[in-house]
Amino acid sequence: MKRISIPIAALLAAALAAPAALAQKKYDPGATDTEIKIGNIMPYSGPASAYGTIGRAVVAYIKKVNDEGGVNGRKINFISVDDGYSPPKTVEMARRLVEQDQVLVLWGPLGTPPNSAIQKYMNMKKVPQLHVYTGATKWNDPKEFPWTMGWQPSYQAESRIYAAHLLKTKPNAKVAILYQNDDYGKDYLKGFHDGLGDKAASMIVKEVSYETSDPTVDSQVAQLQASGADVFFNITTPKFAAQAIRKAYDLGWKPVQYLNSVSGSIGAVLTPAGLDKSAGIISTQYLKDPKDPAWQDDKGMNEWRAFMKKYYPEGDLNDVFNVSGYGAAQTLIQVLKQCGDNLTHENVMKQAANLKNLEINVLLPGIKINTSPTDFAPIESEQLAKFDGKEWVRFGEILGQ
Amino acid sequence: MSKRALIALAVVLAIACVLPFVVSNYRTFQLTLALIYSIALLGLNMLTGYNGQISLGHGAFYAIGAYCAAILMDKYGVPYWATIPVAGAVCLLAGFLFGLPALRLEGLYLALATFALGVSLPQLLKYHHIEKWTGGVQGIVIAKPDPPFGLPLNQDQWLYFFVLAVVLVMFALGWNLLRGRIGRAMVAVRDNHISAEAMGVNNAMVKSLTFGVSAMYTGVAGALGAIAVQFVAPDSFNIFLSITFLVGVVVGGLASIPGAIFGGLFIQFVPNIADEISKAAPWAIFGIFLIGFMYLMPMGVAGAIRLGLARMARRAQNSRPGPGAT
Repeated sequence: MKRISIPIAALLAAALAAPAALAQKKYDPGATDTEIKIGNIMPYSGPASAYGTIGRAVVAYIKKVNDEGGVNGRKINFISVDDGYSPPKTVEMARRLVEQDQVLVLWGPLGTPPNSAIQKYMNMKKVPQLHVYTGATKWNDPKEFPWTMGWQPSYQAESRIYAAHLLKTKPNAKVAILYQNDDYGKDYLKGFHDGLGDKAASMIVKEVSYETSDPTVDSQVAQLQASGADVFFNITTPKFAAQAIRKAYDLGWKPVQYLNSVSGSIGAVLTPAGLDKSAGIISTQYLKDPKDPAWQDDKGMNEWRAFMKKYYPEGDLNDVFNVSGYGAAQTLIQVLKQCGDNLTHENVMKQAANLKNLEINVLLPGIKINTSPTDFAPIESEQLAKFDGKEWVRFGEILGQ
Repeated sequence: MSKRALIALAVVLAIACVLPFVVSNYRTFQLTLALIYSIALLGLNMLTGYNGQISLGHGAFYAIGAYCAAILMDKYGVPYWATIPVAGAVCLLAGFLFGLPALRLEGLYLALATFALGVSLPQLLKYHHIEKWTGGVQGIVIAKPDPPFGLPLNQDQWLYFFVLAVVLVMFALGWNLLRGRIGRAMVAVRDNHISAEAMGVNNAMVKSLTFGVSAMYTGVAGALGAIAVQFVAPDSFNIFLSITFLVGVVVGGLASIPGAIFGGLFIQFVPNIADEISKAAPWAIFGIFLIGFMYLMPMGVAGAIRLGLARMARRAQNSRPGPGAT
């Protein structure tokens, strides 16, 4: 009798344990014991196709993860589709991924208009719209849109950093601001006002806007100079940034210049503006720039370079977009790891809002990713950098929260 | 309409009515978009196919229709169905007015003038003095209509049937117009404008009116498109949309009413197929499709079907035993 009772007890124990183990595994459509389905929308064609390389870098990184065994034993099935940066197409593609392919997460769709077009739909469907690729501040709105979250620092966060630096170094400055008249420009403007606080009214002496349809910003820069300002905050996209920098120099105006990181490219902005004319400009960075000699022997960047050679050999080793895709994809993998065997839409958002001091090897040292149920902004800190006539030289501490 | 054509129409309609119940909501949504495009293509076909004028700017009228619907719904709380005729009327007027001066231009010069319209409109939509209506680059998000009277349909199915109904009305109107006196005048102006004038056709009036009606069709499609996609923004209506319309008209079949349906299906589904085949060069694949279609069906899909039917009819006649056979 005793001999039988042991297997029975074991069986009983197994029978009791089995439902418990099953209960731990929870799946929504898009997740199984062997696979996690992730959807992604990128502008591989169309006017913004330069960003397409981000998508290719992410696809390559997912392949690396799968080659190394996947996440918690599950392979990632990454479905990346093209919307050509056209919002109606984004809606169609989001519906395809959610309804047809039944993905667990829509991850990293790129651009403010495309994401605006699908935000309502994703929140209605309660499928995560995770780590969207845009700097607009509106993605950090957990109350209104609990299924949407950004990744990169928001424009407002960056602006607050300039304001803090200005208050510290030049508290009696007279500031002139040039901004693009759209949601992006106004986002920066608001962050700057918030950052200066009560001093905004007395410090900002002139604000002038331009339209993307304007041929040049020459007259705007002349107006700003005439205001007698000694600080110039340049909130412009690359073409206009180059014009503004050049015009200010040609007018003999020598203010302290802050330039939004949107136009931080040396090749696309500072070279056409004139490298000597750009010397002294202050901007911010949060990613390790592949062209920066400081990262020649950096461990994280060496890993990135090895990854690029093996998985994305046709990608440009000087393109910071490839660094950014690689870093963002690592954040996704961390979220999936934290989900464990509970792969539901809800748990993905819960874990995405539960990142604590996550360090990514291509972010500047000291920048950590932190999120919470009331804080849907993963990266909020950046470092200031000054252009020395040849390259960006980072200085000071990591700023922001 | 012949008896056979009526039967064919009934069969197609029956299939169209059953489709949303057998395919997924996502496919229903795609079919809805294809139907919407076919309305726009019918409009462009009147201009290009029947009247012989090339427009590279019909995306602009599509955008105007879409913004009409979106602004009326968002700012003034107008019900979605009521925005359709308004969008059509606004575009009729816009098209007619644009047509008056532009139609002094012939052929390629008109193509360039309309191209200018198509290129400039997305930027004009961003203009900041009208931002409180248009929402600037942010665009406008609108709600999707629910089925009325408690019909047992979901939102996608309801919208599909709503669009299908509009398609039927617009196509019936178009059929009437093109078969009648005005339609014949349009074709006459295309084929030989001097003899048309000699027969008493007012060339300039016919051309401007055609332009207006064509813009109206495209505007109605734009309004439906905005409702289906639930979002409008300047980036939705770039110049590529206008060119896509022209591609759809030619592929579907110039001067053919059913051709608009084939064209709508083509511009909705072929880019997706191309994207499935190759991520690296979707447009190259699309180009191959396009060249293939043009080579195999030089008169468009509708033309190819017409030829095929004619050939079958001839064969049937030949195989009938002659009187001398014993």
